[in-house]
Amino acid sequence: MTLKEVKELLSAEVVAGHNDLQTEVKCAFAAELLSDVLALAQEGALLITGFTHPQVIYAADAADLCAILFVRGKRPHKETLELALQKQIPLLTTPYMMFETCGLLFQYGLGACAIKFENGQD
Amino acid sequence: MDKIENKILLHKIFHIEGGNFTNAGFISDQVKKILKEAGFSNKVIRRISIATFEAEMNVICYADRGDLSLFITPGFLKIVVEDEGKGISDINLAMSEGYSTADEKIRELGFGAGMGLPNIRKNADEMTLTSQFRQGTHLEFIIYLHRQETQLPFE
Repeated sequence: MTLKEVKELLSAEVVAGHNDLQTEVKCAFAAELLSDVLALAQEGALLITGFTHPQVIYAADAADLCAILFVRGKRPHKETLELALQKQIPLLTTPYMMFETCGLLFQYGLGACAIKFENGQD
Repeated sequence: MDKIENKILLHKIFHIEGGNFTNAGFISDQVKKILKEAGFSNKVIRRISIATFEAEMNVICYADRGDLSLFITPGFLKIVVEDEGKGISDINLAMSEGYSTADEKIRELGFGAGMGLPNIRKNADEMTLTSQFRQGTHLEFIIYLHRQETQLPFE
C-alpha cells in the first residue's frame, strides 16, 4: 500500500513529506523502544510509534525505514520535525491508538517486517 | 589479509560527550554521510550505521566521554570506540540480550533494552569488547566489504 492509503485509512495528518505520499509501504513495524527498531525493523518498513524525540529520526534513517507514523495523535518535537525534513523522512500522525492502528493496517493487508521470535528469544 | 587490504584510506575521529542526550545519533549520522559520499553499498552502510548508533548511545548512556574512530580501508570498515567511565563489570552478562543497567532517563529515550551490544555483534563481521571496571571500555568492530553475501536474518 502507499503512504496515501495509510493516511486515508487512519485519518492521518501528514506532518512532513507531503510530496512523498506515493511511497510504497511494503511492511510495518511497531515499537516504543528504539533499541527494538535498530535490532528488528526491516529496511523499507513503516515505523509505527508514539516516540517523538529526534532520536527516532536518526534510528529510522540508520535502519533505512520508509516513513514514521505517530499514534495517539502525537506530534513530533520541533527538532524532530526539522531533522525529518532534512533527512526526507515522511512523518504522519493518526488519532488512533497503537493497537487500533496496527489492527487496521494489518486488516488492510499490510504485513509485518520483523521475524517472529520463539519464547521471546532470538 | 594483504597489505593493500589493510591500507587506511580514511581515519576520522569523533568526540562523544557522555550524558549529553540532546544530539544522540548525530555522530552515527555523520559516519553514515561519509560512507554514503564514499559510495559504499546500502547494505554495508545500514549495518555500520546501526552498529555505530548503538555504540554511540552506549558512550552517551554509560560513559563520561569517548572517542569514536572510523577507519576506511579497501578491504573493510572499522569502528573503534574508546571511552572513559565506569566500564563494564561483567562483559558476558553485558553481551546477553535483555541485560541492562539503564536508568529511567535512558529508557525515556527509547534505549536501555539490553539489545545494544548483541545488535552490534549481529551487524558486524567481527567484534571485540574489553573493559576495565571503573576506567573505561574499548569496543571495535569490523565489516568486511567482500563478504556481503553473509546475510543478516532480516534481509
